[in-house]
Formats: sequence, C-alpha cells, structure tokens
Amino acid sequence: MAEPLLAIKGLSISFGGLKAVQNVSLDVPEGSLTALIGPNGAGKTTLFALMSGFLKPDSGTVQFAGQDITGCAPHLNARRGMTRTFQIVQPFATQTVRENIAVGAHLHLKERRSALSQAEEVAARVGLSAQLDKPASDLTVAGRKRLELARALATRPRLLLLDEVLAGLNPQEIAEMIPVVRGIAQSGVTVLMIEHVMQAVMNLAQHVWVLAQGQLIAQGTPAEVTADEKVVEAYLGHGTAARLRAAALAGAAT
Amino acid sequence: MTSGGKELAGIFLFVALVAGIPLATDSGVILNFVMMALYAALLAQAWNILGGFGGQFSFGHALFFGTGAYIQAIAQLQGGLNAWLALFMAVAGSAGVGALVGALSFRYGLKGSYFALVTLAFAEVFRILALSVPFTGAGVGLMLPLHESFANMQFGSRKGYVYLVLAFVAAALLLTWWLKHSRFGAYLQAVRDNEDAARAIGVNPFGVKLGAIVLSGGLMGAGGAFYVQVFQYIDPGIAYGPGTSVEALVAAIVGGMGTLWGPVLGALVLHVLADLTRNLFGQLPGINMVIYGMVLVLIVMFLPRGIAGLGATAKSLWKKSGGRRG
Ligand SMILES: Nc1ncnc2c1ncn2[C@@H]1O[C@H](COP(=O)(O)OP(=O)(O)O)[C@@H](O)[C@H]1O
Ligand SMILES: [Mg+2]
Repeated sequence: MAEPLLAIKGLSISFGGLKAVQNVSLDVPEGSLTALIGPNGAGKTTLFALMSGFLKPDSGTVQFAGQDITGCAPHLNARRGMTRTFQIVQPFATQTVRENIAVGAHLHLKERRSALSQAEEVAARVGLSAQLDKPASDLTVAGRKRLELARALATRPRLLLLDEVLAGLNPQEIAEMIPVVRGIAQSGVTVLMIEHVMQAVMNLAQHVWVLAQGQLIAQGTPAEVTADEKVVEAYLGHGTAARLRAAALAGAAT
Repeated sequence: MTSGGKELAGIFLFVALVAGIPLATDSGVILNFVMMALYAALLAQAWNILGGFGGQFSFGHALFFGTGAYIQAIAQLQGGLNAWLALFMAVAGSAGVGALVGALSFRYGLKGSYFALVTLAFAEVFRILALSVPFTGAGVGLMLPLHESFANMQFGSRKGYVYLVLAFVAAALLLTWWLKHSRFGAYLQAVRDNEDAARAIGVNPFGVKLGAIVLSGGLMGAGGAFYVQVFQYIDPGIAYGPGTSVEALVAAIVGGMGTLWGPVLGALVLHVLADLTRNLFGQLPGINMVIYGMVLVLIVMFLPRGIAGLGATAKSLWKKSGGRRG
C-alpha cells in the first residue's frame, strides 16, 4: 500500500484522571473517504484535536504526508493541507457567508477580490449560493453546518477532518448533504469524518474506525463494524446485539 | 462602483470638505473645534484598529500616546532633531512599544479583561517611570520652545495644525479602509470573531494580533506627537494618565467599533456634547468625563453597534418586531 496521508501512532491524552484518548493508532490512505464512529464521549473530537494540533498528546506521534507534525500549531497544519471543522459550529458571526468562506480561501489567495470570488465557487459546491450575503448568524443549523464545511473546503485541503457535519440535520437535509460530501471526496480530497448518522457512514465510508472510551475497539468496512458485537454493545449497552439481531430478522420477514 | 470604491470616494470627499474649512473661515473657535475633533478622531481610529477590528480591548492606549509624545519632545530637545524626523521616530517608537506589549501579552494568550488590565498596568508603569527618570523632565514635564516654522512643525495659526491632523486622520482612514479590504484585515476580524475557527483554517492569531497592536500603537503615537506640537508641553500625567485611554475607547465605541467612520463620528458627537456642556456648566472640572460616561452607558444599552451601526441596529429591531407580529 502507498504511504498513508495521515499516520497516527500510539496517541494518548488524559484530562486529569480521564483517559480521553488511549494509545490510538490509525493510517488514513490518500484519496480515501473514511469514518470515525463511537458513542458520545468516546474521544472522537479529542482525537481530531490531537491530529490537527489543537491539543498536544501526552504520548504518541502524528505524521502528515510523511512529516512528523506532533504538537505543531493548527494554523501550520492547515497550511500543510489538513483542515478540521468543528462539531459545535464556529462561524465568524458578524460576517456574511461570503466573508466567512473568503477567510478560508485567503490561505492560498492573497487578493481580497480573488478570495471573495473563490468563496462564491465554494458556496456553490455546498449549496450555499443563495445565502452568500446573509450574516452567518442568520443561518439555520443546516446552513451553519454547510458554512463550516465550505470554510474548510476553501482552504483547498488535502485532508479534511469533518466533525459531525450531519448532526442536528433533518432527514431531508442529511440526504442533501451526503452527495456534497461524496463530491468533495471525488474531487480528490481525502476525507475523514466523525459521524453518528449511520445512514451516511454506510453510504459513504470505505473504512470505519470505532472508538469507545478512548480506545479503538474495531475497524473494517461499515458492514463489518456494524455486525461487530463489541461495537453494538459499546453504543447501546450490554445485551443489545442479540435484541437487534432479533429485530433485524423480524424486519426482514416483513 | 464596488463598496470599496464608494468608501474610498467617501474618504476623499470627507478630506476635501474638511480641508475647505480653513479656507472658508478664520474663526479661531471653529478652527479649534475642528482641530480638537479631528485629534480625538485620530486617537479613536488608533484604538479602533486593535479594539474594533481585532477585538482586543486596550484600557491603556495612553501607553502609545505618551511614548509618541515623549519621543517627539525628546528627539527635538535632547537630540536636536528636526520635528518631522522626530515624528517618524515617535511613530516608530510607539509602534515598537506596541510590538513589545503585544509579544508579551499575546504570546501568553491574554484576552478580554486580562489584556485590558495588562495594558492599563503598562501605561501606569510608564507613567511612574516618566516621573522618575531625568530625561523626561520628571514631574515638571518638558516644554518645547516656540519657534514657528514649517521645519519645526509649528504653525502661526490653527490652520496649519488642522491640515496636519487632517493628514493623520486621512492616513488612518486609508489604513482602516485597507483593513476592510485586505487579507490581513480579514484575518484580524476572523480572530476577533472566533480565534479557534481562524486557527483551523490557517490563521496565526499571534502574528495577526501583533500586527494590529503595532499599527494601532504607531497611529496613537502620531496622536501623542501631534499633541506635543500643538501644546508644546508634556508631563507624565498628560502622557500616560488614563484620560487619553478613555477618550480613545469611548469615541470608538460610541461611534461604532470595527467600522470605517465610527471613530470619526464618535469623536465628533462627543466634542459637540462636550462643547455644549461647557457652555451650560462652564469649566466644571471633569464634566466632560461625566458626559462621556453617560453617553457610553446609553450607547452600550441602546445602540450596541454605535452610531455607525444605527442602520443595522434599526433593521434588526424592525425584523424582530416584524417577527413578533408574524
Ligand atoms: N478540554 C477538555 N478538558 C477536560 N475534559 C475533556 C476536554 N475535552 C474533552 N473532554 C472529555 O473527554 C471525553 C471525550 O470527549 P470528546 O472527544 O468530545 O468525545 P466525542 O467527540 O467522542 O463525543 C469526554 O468525557 C469529555 O468530557
Ligand atoms: Mg465529538
């Protein structure tokens, strides 16, 4: 296999006594669309923060494009080509959608005018064209999620870390977003997404890692991990795997 | 025309109109009013770069004002330098003090009230230093001898000073315009609005804030140099006391933080008010600070976006009331 775009080895961090991420290793191949799943509080967002440089690990290393970037500042990692989004959306609230996206576009474009026109192109890719002149604070939840994605996309990343861009959306909005994410991956951007919406994970991801209580407990194709009893029980508690199997059988019978 | 083009046209129109005032009148009262209002605008513009566009609220901008003022005086008195060269040094020196304070406070991630307190403390430290070292003239202060000539930046009438401060205000307007239409300005406002989001997309908050405090400090230093040229006197209380810091921030907040015209509008409104109250109450000491405080409270309560944001505030109120009806 080719050298992975992102390689993390033995990454750990504790907050006081809480071991939020413990000895996690994973390789993200260039050009892949993969997912990181796990119950709330599993440490997924923390792992993103460690990868992108918002947190420094207690131990372990992060390699991006063959370079050791452990502990490097987030803005330097963004310049190298790794951009994260935030689960709790973080718009520049006083600015318009266009201005928000332009900040991302400025990473490669010095001219204000070029960044603003690039923002229009990116907005079209995520379906925000109609809202370009709205203040970011006027957007709906779905709009803010799109903005979060657009701003990251405008930095022309090699690796995009998406933290629950579908959370809080209704089924129709989710159905609209799935092709957007797929389109981004097809344009050549490597995508690693944290996602709770299993419909999206099943639809999009080639490979899935499962994190529970800070540790990787399973990995494989979406079908493999969802069939894994360890995974089901990590999500739903002891004994649910059996109940689910029964339910699925009953469902298939109808 | 683009919005940027309209703003530039507005700046040139403003400068042309104000430049016409000394041609149209010889009234000392009017010229003095124009000069002092422009001078207050300059201080507010300087504060606005760091506070309005960068979201870093300084309570101690007198630090840069006083440094500019002392350099302007000392370079001429002790250094025997030409006043224009002294001005250059005053701007560079106060920008340098900005770099120093910025490097220390932003390196350690000081924000909000911590940053405000640190700037206040720095200004106070410099005031005490200015009181105790010999080359500032200590408590006696420094007096610039009167030698009216262009080379000395001393003018026979108020008109020369009006043009001088107008040039500073114009430069500050252009600098502010640039902030609204450049990558640096976009990064600065991004850091103000959400530092983590900015970091994630490649913005170095430390570098951006440092740039802002250098620009802001340099401009404030020009204000200090101007003060010395007009009043030909400086002492530690005038230079580093809290009065100038408060004046700069109140005018910027009242006028509208992070806007092109806010500081100019705020300075104008406060000066009109100050003159009116002077006529009503005479020279009651401290009355202008009472007025400033009252106006500030009213603005923060009823016009959070300042006078320049009047339109936007009205629009959002209208929308809110419309939403309630609907
Ligand atoms: N900065 C922090 N300080 C202390 N505890 C934290 C911090 N960030 C996350 N945690 C804790 O670490 C655990 C993992 O959190 P997080 O990574 O957000 O989980 P997930 O994204 O998988 O839901 C949680 O128990 C959370 O409360
Ligand atoms: Mg999370």
